[in-house]
Order: sequence, then C-alpha cells, then structure tokens
Amino acid sequence: MTTTTPPTTAAQQFALRRHSPLQRVQHLLHAHPAISPFLVLVISFVVFSTLNPRFASPNSLSLVLQQVAVIGALAVGQTLIILTAGIDLSVGAVAILAMMLAAKLAEGQGLPGALAIALAIAVGAAAGALNGALVTRLKLPPFIVTLGTLSVFTALGLLYSEGQSVQATDLPAVLSWTGESFPVGRFRITVGVVAVVLLYLAVGFALAKTAWGRHVYAVGDDKEAARLAGIRVDRVLLSVYVVAGAIYGITAWILIGRAGAASPNAITDANLESITAVVIGGTSLFGGRGAVLGTLLGALIVGFFRSGLSLAGVDDQYRVLAVGLLVILAVAVDQWIRKVRS
Amino acid sequence: MTATTTHTPAGRSGAADSGQRSPVLSARGLVKTFGKVVGLDGVDLDLYPGEVLAVIGDNGAGKSTLIKCLTGALAPDAGELFLEGKPAQFKRPQDARDAGIETVYQTLAVAPALDIASNLFLGREKRRRGVLGSVFRMLDQKGMRREAAQALADLGIGTLQNVAQAVETLSGGQRQAVSVARAAAFGSKVIVLDEPTAALGVKESNQVLRMIEEVRSRGLPVILISHNMPHVFEVADRIHIQRLGRCAGVVTPASHTMPEAVAIMTGATTLEETPGRTAG
Repeated sequence: MTTTTPPTTAAQQFALRRHSPLQRVQHLLHAHPAISPFLVLVISFVVFSTLNPRFASPNSLSLVLQQVAVIGALAVGQTLIILTAGIDLSVGAVAILAMMLAAKLAEGQGLPGALAIALAIAVGAAAGALNGALVTRLKLPPFIVTLGTLSVFTALGLLYSEGQSVQATDLPAVLSWTGESFPVGRFRITVGVVAVVLLYLAVGFALAKTAWGRHVYAVGDDKEAARLAGIRVDRVLLSVYVVAGAIYGITAWILIGRAGAASPNAITDANLESITAVVIGGTSLFGGRGAVLGTLLGALIVGFFRSGLSLAGVDDQYRVLAVGLLVILAVAVDQWIRKVRS
Repeated sequence: MTATTTHTPAGRSGAADSGQRSPVLSARGLVKTFGKVVGLDGVDLDLYPGEVLAVIGDNGAGKSTLIKCLTGALAPDAGELFLEGKPAQFKRPQDARDAGIETVYQTLAVAPALDIASNLFLGREKRRRGVLGSVFRMLDQKGMRREAAQALADLGIGTLQNVAQAVETLSGGQRQAVSVARAAAFGSKVIVLDEPTAALGVKESNQVLRMIEEVRSRGLPVILISHNMPHVFEVADRIHIQRLGRCAGVVTPASHTMPEAVAIMTGATTLEETPGRTAG
C-alpha cells in the first residue's frame, strides 16, 4: 500500500517552475522582513550624506541616536502590542504618568532615586495591566481601550503634577543619569542610548528564542488557533501589555535624562511616532509578523529623515510628508508580502 | 442518571475485529442538550486499540457534539467517559490533551506565520538544557526542528523537507499534514480527526488517508469524523452511525455497503432491517 508516485503531474511540474525575479524578491522579503527597512536606511544615509556631508559626521549621528532613543524605547513596547494584532495609543501617556509620579515623589518626599525608578517601572506595568485587563476581560478592542486610557493617563499625569515640570537639577542624580554621555571613538553615546540598545536586545531575545515569544506571535497570528493549540491566550495578551507598560516606565527614566526635566507636556505625539517606527520597520498591523530589529531600523529611519532634511535646509514639513509616504509604502509592502505562496 | 450502567466493552461488538480487547476510550449514555435542542440522546461509543473508528451522520445528527464531548470542548449533561477503563472527565480541551487525546480540528489550529517546527511544538515548546533553558528560557530550536522532521518522515510526508518553512506557504493538504503530524507526535492514546479531508482535493485527501493508516499501524486508535463515504469506507475498521442524537448502529466496511450505511444514516432503513453480511 505504500506506493509513492514520482513528481510527474503537470501541477507538480508547475510547483517546480522557476520563479520570476519579482517573486524571488517577495519570497526573500517574506523570509527576512527587516531587509526593506534596512535598504531604506542605507539609501537615506547615502542620499543625506551626499546632500550635506555633515550628516555623516559622528557629532550629527550621535545626536540622531539621542533623539531617537525615547521613541525607539517606546516603540519596543508598541511592537509587542502590535504583534498581538493590538495597538497602543496610550504609550506616551503611560510614560508621562510614570515619570511625573516618580519625579514628584523624588522631589517633594525625597524618595531615593533608585526607588523612584522602580516606582516608574511599576506604575508603567500597572497601567499596562489595566489596558491588558480591559482587552482580555471585557473583550474590548485595544484601539478603544487605549484611546480611553490615553485621555485618562494624560489627565492623571497633568492633575498630579499640576501641569508643573520638575527640573532634573531638583532630582536625585540617578534619575537623569540616562542623559550622561561618554565618548565611543568619535561618537558621544548617552547612558539612555545604551539602555535602549539593551531593551532591544532583551525583547528581541525573548521574542525569537523563548516559548513566550512564540506564543506572542501565535496569538497575534490566529487567536483561535493558538487557543486550540493549548496556549492560554488571555494570559499571553495580559503579559504583553504588562511588559510593554514596564518598558514605558523605563522610557520615563530615559526621557528625564534626555529632556533634563520631567515635563507633563513632553512627547505628546509619542503614540503616533512609535506606531510609525513599528510600521516602517515592517511589523504587520494585523499581528503575528515582525520583529524589534525592524522597529529599531524604523525609528532610525525617522531620525535620519529629521536630521538629514534639516541639514539639507529643507522645511521640516517635508520630513512629515516623507515619513507619511513611508508609512503607506511600508504597509503596502507588508500586504504584498503576505500574499506569498510557495 | 445512568450511574448503574455497566461499562464492560462487550456491550456492542458488532465489529469483526473488536474481539475480547478492552476499549481505549469508551462513552456510556452521553447526553448533551442545548436548551430544548437535544444534541446527544444517550450515546455509547467504544474505541479499540489500533482501529480507525469512523463517525458518520447527517447534519445535526450529533457528530460534532459527540466529538466535542469526547475531547473536552463540551461537557456532557449526563453519561460517563472511560479512558483505558478508568473514569475520565474533561472540563477543557487541555484536559483531554493532557490525558493523551489529540484532536485535529476542522479549522486547523495552526499559526500561519510560524514555521512547521514551531507549529508542531506550539504550546509545548522544548527548552535548552542547563542555564540557557532554565534561566534564560531559551528554546531548543535545533532539537525541535530535528524532531519535527522526524515526525513528518515517520508519517511518510516526504514533500515537507524544510521544517523551517512558514506554514502559510503550504497548501491545504500540507497544512493538514502538519496538523495530523502534530497530533500523531503528541497523542499517546487517541487521535481525533474532524473532517480532515473536507477542504482537500483528491491527491491531498489520499495523502491524509495514508497518514491515518500510518498512525493506525503504530497501534494508535483514530476517531475519524467525515462526510465523505468513500474515504470512510477506505480507511475505517468500524463505522459509528449517528442519527438524531443517537447511535443508529455500528457497522463495518465488510458487513455493509456504502448505500446501506447511508440508508441507515438517513433513516431510510435501520440496522435491524438491514443487518448486513455477518463478517468472519
């Protein structure tokens, strides 16, 4: 009964056909989605350094890294949530709330710096847990949940801080330590930039090398299939929101160092900018597809456009325009890649 | 309650090969109602080692309800389940799975963007040994890929060479093969296949039927739910016919012809009126 037929049918021969160059590109991008943002990054680097050689100088590139750090860190959490087919509009609001709570307590009550940082991370995780609980228990769409908590957290941050900033000089030194810089060759790297790199490495490892990472992808890919495969979907979703929240708490610390103050009015567009970085980085808004490496590239691309176009003497609105086009292009490429078949 | 019902396997031995062996999985007097709708009206079922038991029935006959009660997706209102003679109760699909009953759902529980190996091990990933696994929770990717390739080869699926390939790049039949391989690799007692050939073409269906035979040859019993009579008659050892929430009879491909089985299934005749050829 075990007769195996050799591949001789027309359909099997068709399956063995040579692929067109375009199909091969599609397959390549499907297997390695980070290629397209990487190409965009390289091309923009070449173009901008041709337009103004100062763009490629260590000084200017160091500045880009520092500018990108805050959104880049928030985008790590955003990537996790988008991988589960969710979206987080409350990113910036959570970071601000965590930052203002920590800063006010460290300033007024004299809370030690390390405790203030731990508090910021805990507040971020708690805010994430609230988002996650609303998504998993009440079964509300993440867009609506985080649209609501965006307002709630923003208002709480402003009310608690009474709209007042806290200068870094009034805070324990460790809170603004992330702004300290040190030379690496001819570059100047801040502690905050190092923290962001560590965040990417840690989350990248968790996503690619652990069962939790697999489950995040599976839940984002097909929730019902994940459930039938024995994955506790709600638990995975909740953990993603909590981890993302904790990352926003860490970002609060990076933000104090970067801005030299804890201001409740900082990073107002953080949600859209972090989503932009994630999408340009090739992570699919439909979930289950993408990686933090792409997000890092996406955040750098936005940073390159900002710095490159301003050094080229172009109105900043052209950056806004170009980034908008990139977002649409990235999603179009994602849709195209999804159609791949062997 | 049918608490006093004996659960000896001798009850319904219309099959030729059931002999004196004790069933791996048996159900006695299963009842499941949905409001006023009666899904199951006291169903008995026995699954013996190394057999393929097909469950056929018209729409609404209670096939799916029966299967869901056996695999923990639904809790029966009354009746008992016995796994290897011991009473069993499954509150969740995970309970049945932990007990060794693997189900391949009609909707194919695969994550398209993950590769074949990841899908095979989805929900029970293997970790690296030592600190890498215990502290860093690192997956044993190589080991899982090696075992996945072995599991597929064991089932005679030579076409899926690359277990690092994403499932979404596979055809329907290949995806089905991955699901069956997954069940065969982890199911230690029973494998349940819900309409495994419903969405497949002829060639792909044949591949799945060969896999079912391969699983059986390992001694693992299979419950096969199908609408497709030729497929059922090709691989089944016994055929459980559901009709209006009850078991209308258990026949074998040797005792009854396809039209006879369909007639019993649709109520055109009964097992009493059409006893079939006595096998053996």
